[in-house]
Amino acid sequence: MQRSAEWNEAETLEIVGRHAQREGPLLPILHEMQESFGYVPRDALPVVAKALNLSRAEVYGVATFYHDFRAAPAGRRVLKLCRAEACQSMGCEALVARAEEALGTACGGTSPDGVTLEAVYCLGLCATSPSAMLDGRPVARLDAERLDALIAEARA
Amino acid sequence: MRRVLVPRDAAAIACGAEAVVRALAAAGIAPVRNSSRGMFWLEPLVEVEEDGVRWGFGPLDAAGATALAEALAAGTPAAEIRHPQAVGEVEAIPFLAGQTRLTFARAGITDPLSLADYAAHGGWKGLGRALDIGPEAIVAEVTASGLRGRGGAGFPTGIKWKTVAEAAGPQKYIVCNADEGDSGTFADRMVMEGDPFLLIEGMAIAGIAVGATRGYVYVRSEYPHAIAALEAAVATAEAAGWLGERVGGSGHAFRLEVRTGAGAYVCGEETALLDSLEGKRGIVRAKPPLPAHKGLFGRPTVINNVLSLAAVPFVLAEGAKAYADYGMGRSRGTMPIQLAGNVRHGGLYETAFGITLGALVDEIGGGTASGRPVRAVQVGGPLGAYFPRALFDTPFDYEAFAAKDGLIGHGGIVVFDDTVDMARQARFAFEFCAIESCGKCTPCRIGAVRGQETMDRVIAGGDPAGQVALVEDLCNTMKFGSLCALGGFTPYPVLSALAHFPEDFGGGARRLPTAAE
Repeated sequence: MQRSAEWNEAETLEIVGRHAQREGPLLPILHEMQESFGYVPRDALPVVAKALNLSRAEVYGVATFYHDFRAAPAGRRVLKLCRAEACQSMGCEALVARAEEALGTACGGTSPDGVTLEAVYCLGLCATSPSAMLDGRPVARLDAERLDALIAEARA
Repeated sequence: MRRVLVPRDAAAIACGAEAVVRALAAAGIAPVRNSSRGMFWLEPLVEVEEDGVRWGFGPLDAAGATALAEALAAGTPAAEIRHPQAVGEVEAIPFLAGQTRLTFARAGITDPLSLADYAAHGGWKGLGRALDIGPEAIVAEVTASGLRGRGGAGFPTGIKWKTVAEAAGPQKYIVCNADEGDSGTFADRMVMEGDPFLLIEGMAIAGIAVGATRGYVYVRSEYPHAIAALEAAVATAEAAGWLGERVGGSGHAFRLEVRTGAGAYVCGEETALLDSLEGKRGIVRAKPPLPAHKGLFGRPTVINNVLSLAAVPFVLAEGAKAYADYGMGRSRGTMPIQLAGNVRHGGLYETAFGITLGALVDEIGGGTASGRPVRAVQVGGPLGAYFPRALFDTPFDYEAFAAKDGLIGHGGIVVFDDTVDMARQARFAFEFCAIESCGKCTPCRIGAVRGQETMDRVIAGGDPAGQVALVEDLCNTMKFGSLCALGGFTPYPVLSALAHFPEDFGGGARRLPTAAE
């Protein structure tokens, strides 16, 4: 789903240019960089800093503060499992353990065949827990069987 | 005329609404995409409208949708279709019929992105009256309604608006806090996906009231459907003249922009949210100065939760008294309560303040989804207290919950059955705080980590009494020493678990499964 191209300065500057006139442009810029490159390349941050007349430290600080911004490309597919209280009450921890075992990686890692597994704290689907999101698609009422199907789809 | 409706709400989609739509399309039916009624145990809930009455079928899968389509093709009236998932007339379902829907009046009824639907169902009436009566009277009306901040703090909305209205500044802002990060809550998401023009109307009224010409909605990135719906609605409202240089043809300008968060729970704290909007790390600011005086970019700013702003159009359209007539004590109006977690009938229940917790969980929610006894409920998100059944007579009211060392927060109730291990829930409260702390103040940044470690020792079982005493002391420091509610309220789930479920902290770890099987 995500393009993990090599970043380049020209495209980075184009992205900055599209947002520079907005109030508080840094988060929209980082979001678009992640959409375009699949991650927020650390090497690109000085380019952004210079274009916005900010210090490199400021831009680095923002890029590393937020959970969403990746320092490296994710796998081919990203499977997020909710681990917040509503999903806990419906047994999400057993599903997380099952997914980690199936994919051979802990939350935060990527399986050898390119599925990134992540924890998320609430998808707002709390009346149909446990919930997950495969790339942008929400999936609710997970149980072992539905999780296995979701993992199979992610690996396909 | 007959219409078939399938919700486009993210929870309905997560339960398979798109497969239902494909099955209907294969049978030649192009459904209207409405929003969800908020009865999530029935999603995907397909509605068939005949002669103005809606008949429900849910939860449907593709096969169920095909069977429904065949019955409709055979000309059977919806009321007479014998279908295993037929639930009868939708508005007669007790969960829905028992509610007082002021904010959610249109939920499930309209196509969320149809301006015509919005106007036909009472939309823009509040804004129209606001333009007629002018800024001072708007603020007076909101104050008189008794509306309090629905994000959790419960601060009177009218007083906040008055402060901004009286502040001087070349540019003022309306910021909508749509960073709905609390587990067990989804009412903001439902407003944004299901009735986005309502939020736009509320923000425009706020702008006119305080003299702000710019507004931002800060939506969490975990809500892609809400972001898409809001962006489409803003573009539609702009094209129709409800936003822009002349709001509704008046002399007031108001422009609105949707911004996406980046996965930081702490940005639900208003000052961290403002820093994030400015393009900084989402770090909490010390108060004062209040955002009303120095908010976004140092300018006077109204920052309100989605539900607060979404309550305003009703207040203006029907008058402050009509709103304030609902409720109890100093909690006026209605609260969109969200029943979540291990609950049989989970969903959105908007009702006047004053209903008891027990009525909500046992009668309306129908007990647990697992069928086991309810042991604990967490009210108000990850920073809210765990309540045992012994406190189920507590009325849903800001002050009544505070008196029981709890909070109603954003109105989420997460139900747990008797397999829950409260020591693990207490540990999770610290763990979550450690993951999400912005790091500015020491009690939160260090305390959360130390709390998690100490709870690990409690669970491991050595010297539980000594370790629990340490946890209590640490909670005291966090409660009174933290800058914001993240560190300051993390003690609520911890101390309530200790107070009401001491047996789980006794002789060491109870190796129960962490949830129902």
